Amino acid sequence: MRITCPLCGARDRREFTYKGAALPVPALEAGVAEWDAHVHLRDNPAGPLEELWQHDMGCGAWLKVTRNTATHEMLGVALAQDAGLAIKEGQP
Amino acid sequence: MGISDRFSGWRVLKEGLTGNKGWTPHWRDPEPKRDYDVVIVGGGGHGLATAYYLAKEHGLRNIAVLEKGYLGGGNVGRNTTIVRANYYLPGNSEFYSHSLKLWEGMEQDLNYNAMMSQRGILNVFHNDGQRDAAVRRANSIINQGDDAEILYRDQLKTLVPFLNYDNNRFPIMGALLQRRAGTARHDAVAWGFARGADQFGVDLIQNCEVTGIDVEGGKVVGVQTARGPIRAKKVALAAAGRSSQVAAMAGLTLPIESHVLQAFVTEGLKPVIDHVITFAEGHLYISQSDKGGLVFGSYLDFYSSYAARGNLPMQEYTMEAIAAMVPAVTKARLLRSWGGIMDMTPDGSPIIDHTPIEGLYLNAGWCYGGFKATPASGDCFAHLIATDRPHAAATRFKLDRFRSGYGLMDEEGTGAQHNLH
Amino acid sequence: MRISGKGLVSHNRTVNFSFNGKDYMGLEGDTLASALLANDVHLVGRSFKYHRPRGILTAGSEEPNALVSTGKGAARDPNIRATQQELFEGLAAQSQNCWPSVERDVMAVNDLAAPFLGAGFYYKTFMWPAPLWEKLYEPIIRRAAGLGALSGAANKDPYEKAFAFCDLLVIGSGPAGLMAALTAGRAGTDVILAEDDSRMGGRLLAEVEEIDGKPAHVWVAEGLAELEAMDNVRLMPRTAVTGVYDQGTYSALERVSHHLPPSQSLKTAHRPRECFWRVAAKASVLAAGAIERPIAFRNNDRPGIMMAGAVRAYLNRWGVAPGARITVFANNDDAHRTARDLVAEGVHVTAVIDSRHDAPDSGEFPVIKGAMICDSAGRQRLESVTIRSVNGEEKLQTDCLAVSGGWNPSVHLTCHMGARPEWNRELAAFLPKPDAVPGMVVAGAANGVFSTHGALQDGAQAAVTALAGMGTSVDAPPLPVASDAPYRISPLWAVPGKGRAWLDFQNDVTVKDVAQAARENFRSVEHMKRYTTQGMATDQGKNSNVAALAVLADATGRSIAETGVTTFRPPFVPTSIAAMGAGAEDQGFKPQRYLTSHKASLQRGAANIEVGLWYRASYFAKDGESTWRQSCDREVTMVRKAVGVCDVSTLGKIDIQGPDAAQLLDLAYTNLFSTLKLGRVRYGLMLREDGFVMDDGTTARLGENHYVMTTTTAAAGQVMAHLEYLTQVVRPDLDVRFTSVTDQWAQFSVAGPKARDLIDALVDEDVNGETFPFMACGAITVSGVAGRLFRISFSGEHAYEIAVPARYGDALYRLLLERADPFGGGPYGMEALNVLRIEKGFITHAEINGTVTAFDLGMQGLVSKKKSCWGKALSERDGLMDDDRMRLVGLKPVGAMQVLSAGAHLFDPDATVERVNDLGYVTSVGFSPTLGHMIGLAMLSGGPDRMGDTIRLVDHTRGIDTLCEVVNPVFFDPEGGRVRG
Repeated sequence: MRITCPLCGARDRREFTYKGAALPVPALEAGVAEWDAHVHLRDNPAGPLEELWQHDMGCGAWLKVTRNTATHEMLGVALAQDAGLAIKEGQP
Repeated sequence: MGISDRFSGWRVLKEGLTGNKGWTPHWRDPEPKRDYDVVIVGGGGHGLATAYYLAKEHGLRNIAVLEKGYLGGGNVGRNTTIVRANYYLPGNSEFYSHSLKLWEGMEQDLNYNAMMSQRGILNVFHNDGQRDAAVRRANSIINQGDDAEILYRDQLKTLVPFLNYDNNRFPIMGALLQRRAGTARHDAVAWGFARGADQFGVDLIQNCEVTGIDVEGGKVVGVQTARGPIRAKKVALAAAGRSSQVAAMAGLTLPIESHVLQAFVTEGLKPVIDHVITFAEGHLYISQSDKGGLVFGSYLDFYSSYAARGNLPMQEYTMEAIAAMVPAVTKARLLRSWGGIMDMTPDGSPIIDHTPIEGLYLNAGWCYGGFKATPASGDCFAHLIATDRPHAAATRFKLDRFRSGYGLMDEEGTGAQHNLH
Repeated sequence: MRISGKGLVSHNRTVNFSFNGKDYMGLEGDTLASALLANDVHLVGRSFKYHRPRGILTAGSEEPNALVSTGKGAARDPNIRATQQELFEGLAAQSQNCWPSVERDVMAVNDLAAPFLGAGFYYKTFMWPAPLWEKLYEPIIRRAAGLGALSGAANKDPYEKAFAFCDLLVIGSGPAGLMAALTAGRAGTDVILAEDDSRMGGRLLAEVEEIDGKPAHVWVAEGLAELEAMDNVRLMPRTAVTGVYDQGTYSALERVSHHLPPSQSLKTAHRPRECFWRVAAKASVLAAGAIERPIAFRNNDRPGIMMAGAVRAYLNRWGVAPGARITVFANNDDAHRTARDLVAEGVHVTAVIDSRHDAPDSGEFPVIKGAMICDSAGRQRLESVTIRSVNGEEKLQTDCLAVSGGWNPSVHLTCHMGARPEWNRELAAFLPKPDAVPGMVVAGAANGVFSTHGALQDGAQAAVTALAGMGTSVDAPPLPVASDAPYRISPLWAVPGKGRAWLDFQNDVTVKDVAQAARENFRSVEHMKRYTTQGMATDQGKNSNVAALAVLADATGRSIAETGVTTFRPPFVPTSIAAMGAGAEDQGFKPQRYLTSHKASLQRGAANIEVGLWYRASYFAKDGESTWRQSCDREVTMVRKAVGVCDVSTLGKIDIQGPDAAQLLDLAYTNLFSTLKLGRVRYGLMLREDGFVMDDGTTARLGENHYVMTTTTAAAGQVMAHLEYLTQVVRPDLDVRFTSVTDQWAQFSVAGPKARDLIDALVDEDVNGETFPFMACGAITVSGVAGRLFRISFSGEHAYEIAVPARYGDALYRLLLERADPFGGGPYGMEALNVLRIEKGFITHAEINGTVTAFDLGMQGLVSKKKSCWGKALSERDGLMDDDRMRLVGLKPVGAMQVLSAGAHLFDPDATVERVNDLGYVTSVGFSPTLGHMIGLAMLSGGPDRMGDTIRLVDHTRGIDTLCEVVNPVFFDPEGGRVRG
C-alpha cells in the first residue's frame, strides 16, 4: 500500500500511522453525547471513507485520505489542516 | 439424532469396510420458510453456536440461520485457532472462563471432533513491567477459578528450549502459562455446531444474504433476503466483519470499526512447537497445527478494511518478530497468508446486548477474540434471545458502556481508538 | 538416462552430489531432479497421509512430490523442491517424511488403512475418552504429519531484504515476458524482468522450436544479451514474484545462493541465502506462463508418472529421458510434442493414449484415440499402465507415463487483490479477470494465449498497453517469426472407475474424497477444500485445484463456472520466514537507543536493562554487593543523605515556540500553562480524547513564547504525534511550532541534600534558593557550555535536572560523578529511582496504564475548572467519576509476612478470594530503606475512602497471602519540606 503525501510524494504505507475516520472535531465544551459519537461511533462504510493518517516517519503531516475500504483504492489525499475538521468556535 | 448418524470410531470402521457409501450430509440445505421464531443473521461460528444453544438449552426449534455465503466462511474459518481463558478484567474473565469450560465438553456434546488440543499457552514476558502485568493477570485468572502459572527463564527454557534466550533484543524473562488453553480445528467448530443445530431442526440457509431488517413501531418483524422476505419474532445479528452494515439496515450506528487482521501458515513440518506461544514484545503468537504448519499472526494492519487481505508491512513485521524470538523456525516457508475482518470496538471487548429496537439483538465487536469465544458467545447470546436477560457470564458486554463509562474492558489500556486493541 | 550432447547442460562438466547418502554424478546446469532422473532415480519422497511412494512430477517450483532436505545441522533446509534446486558440487539431499528410508517406510502401513482414513475421518472419531486426544491420538497424528523437519537450532544463515522501484515489472521471461521487456526496455523505461527459474526463457528452453529461423533458446540468448546491455533494465533470475499488494507494490523472493556450495556463498562471498524484495512498480506485465495439470485415474500417483511438459523439459533442456519406454496420456494436441521430441532423440515411445476420438495422427508413434489409462502398476516405480479403449482393457509395459490434462494459466497473481478468474469453456481453463489488478496487464500463456507466436505478440502488446497507462507512448515492435499452432483440447478430469485416483498428490486427496465430501454436503468449493485438505499442500493446489473442482462440479451437478474457485493467496511460492524477517534476528528486531552516559555507566559497574528502545542503568554494583537489592538500598540512602546522579535523557523533550504556544499547552494539558511564569516549571497531566490519562510530565517556560515539554519515556512518541494532531487537525489556526529535541539534549537528575552544593560548584552562575527556587528553570553554563537547569524533583529531594547539548553528555556525566564523590554521592539507577518515586507516591506507567483517570489518581484537582481541555468531556462520564472505581492508594505491610507484591490482588480480610470479591491490585512495590519496610502503590476500589483499613493481599503466583494497611500514597515527607529546602 502506498500513500501520496502532498508534501513528500508517494511513499510506502509503513511510513504512515492510521488514526481512523476523519470527523469534524466537536467543541471542547460539547457534551458527552457529541463526544461519545465522535470518539466511539462509526459509520464504518465498506466503500469510500475519509480517514486520518499521519506521515510520522516522514514529514509529520496529518493527512485526510479518501480511500475505498473494500478495495484499498486511494481516492484522494489532502493535508488535514485544510480539511475543515478543526474545532469551529470558541477557545480552549 | 438417530443412532446410525452418530460419529464414532466404530462407524468409521464400518463405513470404511463398506466403501464409505453410508455417509450422509452433515446438515440439510432447506428452503427458507416464511416465518420463524428466531432468525439469526450470520452463519459463522457464533451464529451457528447461538442456534445450537437456542435449541439445546432453551427448547426452541423454529429457528433459521441466514448466511450470505457458505457456513463458517467468515472469521471462524480464517483465524489462528487459539483457545484460552486468560483475560483479567471483570466481564471478560467470567465470560472466557465459561467459554473454556464449554470447549472442554464440546466435542462429546456435539459428537464432532474439533481437535480441541489443550496444549497450553505461554505468554512470554521480557521485563519487570511485563512481569508485573503477567502476575496481575495470572492472579485474576486464578481468582476466576482457572489455571495459571508464572514460569521464569530457567523453567521456561526447559519447556521450550528453542526460543532465543541468548541474544535477543528483548531478553526473555519468563512466561504466564495456562495449561488448559490450546488450539482447536477452526472449521470443525463451525461444522460441529452446524450439524448439531441441524439435528435439532434448525434451518441453516446458505447463499441467503439479508438485505433489510423490517421494523414496525419500534419492533422487529422480519428480514428481507436475497431469497425473499422472512418474518421473525426475533432477529439476532451475529455477522462479525459486517456488523456495521447489518445494523445499519435497522438504522443503528455501532461503536465498531472494521479492520483487517492477517494470519499466516507455513508448509507442513515435523513437530517442533508443542504449545501456543505469544510474546509481549512484538505481539506475536505462534503455534503448530496437527498437520505440521506453523500458524501465526501479530497485529492488525491498522487501517480500516473490508478487503480480507493485508499488506506487506505487517507481514514483514510478523516474520521479523519470529526471527527475533524463535530463530529456530525461520527456515520454515510461509505457505499462505490471509486476512479476516475484525469488528474493532473502542475498548477491545465485545458486545452481546439488546438494541434500542425491540426483538433485535446484537452480538458483535469481537475484535481479535472471536474464535475462543465461540461456544460461550452462542450460549450467552441464546440466553439473551430466549429469556431477554443477560447470561450470568455476559452481563457486562453492554452496547452503551462507551457512553456511560461504566464497565469499560480495555485489557490493553490503549484507549478508545478502535485499531489499537 | 542422459542423452549425450542433448540439452542446455554442460556435458563436459560433471558435478558430484549425494542423495540419501548415496553418491551420484550430474552435469553443470542440472537441477537435482534432472540429475536424479539422469541417474534413473525416480523414488524421491513419500506422500503426506498414506506415505505412498512419490517421484518427480514437474520441472518447476510447483512440484508437489519431489521435496527434499538439504544442508546440515542448523543450515538444514527442509522442503526444498528437487525440481528447483540447482546442482552444485557436494550437494547432499535427503528424502523426507519416511523412516527408516524412502524405500522402506514404516508409515506406509497407513496406505493399507486408507479406507478408514478418508476425507474428514478425524472429525468423526478420537473423541472418547476425551483426555486421550492430547495424550495419545494427537501426538500420533502430529508425528505422522508434516513433511521435512527443522533442525531445531537457530538459523544462522544470512538473509536480506531490499526495496526496488521501476516503471514496469515484467513477471516471467518466456516468449511473452521477453517481448514485453524488450519492448519496454527499447523505449527507455525502467524495467525489472523477474524470473522464478535460474535461467531465463521459460518454456522456450524446454521446447524444440524455431524463432526467426533460430533455435528458440538462441533467440532467447540474443534477447537477453540485448536487455543486459540496457542500463534501464534489470534482469532478476531466481526471483519469484510472490505477491501483489496495493498501489503497485509487489513482493519477490530471490534465491541468491541456494545454487552455490556453502563454501562459496554465505559469509565468505557476502551472499545471503535469499533476498526478499519489495518492488514498487508503476505497472506490470504478468507473463507467468501456465502449469500443466494431471488427469486423475486409479493409481496415477506412482513414481514415473510425470507431466508431459515436464518430460519434454527434461529431454530438451537437460538432455534426460526419464524412461526407456515412455507412454503419453493426454486430452490435447500439445502433449503429442512430447512423443515427437522423444522419438526424435531415439527414445522409445510405446504410444500416445488420447482421450479424444479426433486426436491427430502421427507417422512417428502410435496414437490410440478415444482411449484412457485407467490403472497403473509398479510399487516404487511405474511398471505398466492399463489402457481402456473400445477394445476393452489392456496392459502396457512402460516405465514412464507423460500425462497432460491441459494447461492452467498461472492466474494466481491476478487474484491477490480479490479478483476471481473466469472460466473459459474453449480452453477448459480459468483465465484472468480483466483489470483484476490496477496497472497489471496479463500476457501469453498466463492469459490463455498458448502459441509461441501468440505469446510474443501478446507480450509486446502488453508492454505497449502498460506503458500507455503511465503516459508513455510506444509503437508495437516488429515480431519475430514463430509457430502459431492452435491449442486443441477436450476436457478430461478423471477417468471413471474403481479404486483411488489422486487429485492432490502430496496431501493424498482422491476423487473419492471429493465425491464423499459432496455426499456429506461439503458442496461449496471452500467446504470441499477444507474438509478434504485438497489444495492445501505446499503447491497450494497449483497442480490439482482445477481438476478437483471439476470433480466437485460433476458430483454436485453444477458447471465448473458455477462451482467457482477457492481464493488464491500470497505467496505464489512458499517464502522463508527468515527472508521476510531478515534483519530482525538477534539484536536487530528494534532500534537500540543508548544514552550518552552509557559507557561511563558501564565503567561504574552498571547493569543495563531495556526501557522501551533505550538501555538504562538498572543499578551500580559496588564491591561487596552481591544482589541488586543491596545496591539499590545503598543508592536510595545515598540520594536521601547525600546526592545522586541519574541520566534522565530518555524522557521525551519537545521544544515548543510561537505566539500561541501557551494556548496549545492549555489545550493539551488539564491544567493551566498560560499562567506559568517565565523561568518556572509546572507539572501537567494530559488526557486522551476518551478522558483517560495519556501522560504526565513537566513543562518549563524558557521565554515569553518558548516552552520545553517533557514526557515520560514510554509516551514520548505518542505525545509528539498528539501535539501534531492538535495543531494540524484540531486547531490549525494556532501559531505555534514544535519539534522533538529528545536526542539533542543530555539531561541528568542531581538529587539529594547535597545537590545544591554540587550544582553551585559546577555551573558558572550562582545557584541558590533565590536564583533557583523550587520549580525554577533557566539558562546556565557549565565549563563554558550553554545548558539549562531545572529545579524539579522525582525523588522528593532537593533536586535539579541539568541539561547540555548531547555531545557534552558523556563529559558532563563523568564530571557530575567526579564532583559527587567527595559528597559521598554517586550514580543511581532505575531500581533506586523507582523506590524513591514510590516513597513519594509519584506515578509512572505502572499506574498510568491507559485505564486510569485523573480522578482515579486523586489528581482531579489538576483538571482546571477555568478552562476546557482535550479529553475533559469524556472524562466526565458518570462511570468515570464513580467512587467505586479503583483509585490510587499506598500500601504498607501489617501481616506476619512483611511483603508486598506487584500484580497481587486485594480483598476484604473476611472475603473469600475469588473474582467477585476482587477490590483491586498492586501496581508498584519496593523496599524502602528509608522507612525500613516494603511500600507499595495500588489501585483499590473506593481507595481514598479506605484509608487506614486493613486489606488482604493475595499473590497466588508467589504464594503470598497477607494483610496490609491502606495508607496515603505519599510515604515520605508528605509536607514536601525537603524538596523546597
